[in-house]
Amino acid sequence: MTIRFNDETFRGDYTYHNSPEAIRRFPFPFDQDSYMYSVNIEPHAGGRAGSPFEKRFDVDEHYVSEMKDRAITLAEDPMRCQSLPHMDLAGWDFLELVMTSKAEDYPELFELHRDGDRWHWINKPMGIEQRFTFLDTTTLPCGPLEYITRQTQGDHALLDQREGNLWMDAGMITSQADWSLDFDIGMNFFEWHAPVPKAHEMGVFQRALKFLLNLQQGAPVRRLNWTMTVNPRLDTSPENYHKWGPEKRTITPETVGSKQYLRVELQTLWRLPRSNAIAFPIRCYLLSLEDLVSVPKWGRRLHRVLRDLPDELAEYKGFAVNRPTIVAYLAQFDDGEPTSPGIFPD
Amino acid sequence: MKSQLLRVTAIEPLSPLVSRFRFEHPEGAALPLFSGGAHIVVEMPDGEILRRNAYSLISDPLDGSCYEIAVRREDTGRGGSRFMHTKVAVGDLLRLSVPLNLFSLDLRAKKHVLIAGGIGITPFIAQLRQIARLQVPFELHYAARSRDEAAGLKLLPDVPQIHVHISDEGNRMDLGAILGAQPLGTHVYTCGPEGLIDAVAETGRRLGWPKAVLHSEVFMSPPPGAPFEVTLEKTGRTISVAPHQSLLEALEASDVEIEWSCRGGACGRCETGVSACDGHIEHHDHWLSDDEKASQTKIMPCVSRFQGAKLALDL
Repeated sequence: MTIRFNDETFRGDYTYHNSPEAIRRFPFPFDQDSYMYSVNIEPHAGGRAGSPFEKRFDVDEHYVSEMKDRAITLAEDPMRCQSLPHMDLAGWDFLELVMTSKAEDYPELFELHRDGDRWHWINKPMGIEQRFTFLDTTTLPCGPLEYITRQTQGDHALLDQREGNLWMDAGMITSQADWSLDFDIGMNFFEWHAPVPKAHEMGVFQRALKFLLNLQQGAPVRRLNWTMTVNPRLDTSPENYHKWGPEKRTITPETVGSKQYLRVELQTLWRLPRSNAIAFPIRCYLLSLEDLVSVPKWGRRLHRVLRDLPDELAEYKGFAVNRPTIVAYLAQFDDGEPTSPGIFPD
Repeated sequence: MKSQLLRVTAIEPLSPLVSRFRFEHPEGAALPLFSGGAHIVVEMPDGEILRRNAYSLISDPLDGSCYEIAVRREDTGRGGSRFMHTKVAVGDLLRLSVPLNLFSLDLRAKKHVLIAGGIGITPFIAQLRQIARLQVPFELHYAARSRDEAAGLKLLPDVPQIHVHISDEGNRMDLGAILGAQPLGTHVYTCGPEGLIDAVAETGRRLGWPKAVLHSEVFMSPPPGAPFEVTLEKTGRTISVAPHQSLLEALEASDVEIEWSCRGGACGRCETGVSACDGHIEHHDHWLSDDEKASQTKIMPCVSRFQGAKLALDL
């Protein structure tokens, strides 16, 4: 498999784009014509060939440009990557997980050579070669979490497990759907989920937490989450709301197809061995509505989901202001035909 | 439950009642590493019965070449430890779950104080290795009735931070003294009989310790009791639970699928809804709240039992 890495931007002139193959493999999140919260967790144990579920850490055509965008965000705001002192071991656990997974899953792109604690890592797409001593932070240019997440698509939180709860005590968060690591760091599972409407009353978080506290090594799980974003911007953070918030007002019937994106998060959860922490990668995929409707099933279904979504969910996900325009646009692509089960294109 | 078939490569007596078992991968592959305090569940095919017992790992968490556990023979128990002591031989293959940790160190601690009673020493053996690597101050207090029963003595390093209290020799553990002289930021971990855990909690409360820094793990196996019957609401089936069988084991023996992890009433995974209860649920778990227990609408089938006319489950 060869991947041609795009040269593209996620800010300014927004040259981000999806190839026809990237459109086909987009993780469309709706398996039916309506949406409500559920603990929609399944084993992260591979998936359809070519899909983003196939490998443990999906690498796609956006990889190199996405890492450049992360570096820009970090240069402007170093607090996007934080690790409380007790999370160092979890950072090493996660570095090991990513390096061994990528070297096995993408041998033409990544290599890892280990001689006891002396490791040699080669990242060909980014032109990185690093020799270091495992568990010795002085042998890396930065902490282990920052080091490996500067080379891994998606945001990454490390959750400490204690007192029957999970605590967001470390993370690299630069492509988030309007939440802040600097605000959430040190919070527990219920605290950082407090803004989510409806789900608390449904007992969703109690059940999810109970499940996660028993998460086993070697048995990672995944779920999809979604929202809507104007322009293909990774950094939709509260810190930079003044930059992207006003862009919501640029949506018109003429621009909605090209400027409105469905934003999907492929979230995975991994028990880490030495630290007993949980790694929580949140991988973001962006697809414009005009690209999305090139798959007829998705055009029909997204129209029905967004048309029927409860108001408070549209409000919480931040697109209530543009919902009428989005639904009117999608209505053109919904001929009322039934849709097939599952998320994949027909 | 993810598991792996491992070979018994050594059995060594540590005391008249306690033996150490070592397991290795049959092809020499590396086993998943773990954190101090983790346990595994051993499957024991004992004739008609498939027993599953949880044991703390006592080997080095960062050594993937083997897993080791220490098993105390309980002659009046349900048979799992007797099976390990009398039917398992070097060379046998046994199925072990991957490690899971419900009793991990709090890595924020400025100091760790470990308090063990009897066979409750086992989770601390691996934690001591982890603490040594972290280079954080610690002390360990190990209480046993007699030197003969103190199987942990053979497993503990000879360092001044380890204090052994043998009650037969008049050297009892003074919890007030231990908890009364610790620096701020200390976390305390207790493993052993419930009486010891309660005593540490009470002493901590008296001395003003925050609850969140007092951690404990009860050594819990399903208690025996009178036989009883349960009805499964969805299928209408009735299942009998024998005196030395847990409700979870009875469900498994009847091929009822149910999730589980610790099998000791701590993890919450096997929590099951009760749709009808005419009688009294004997709650033995540490998972349900007092209110939930009193409501008799939930049961932890791994350890809890029932007395009365009718118990129906949401299964």
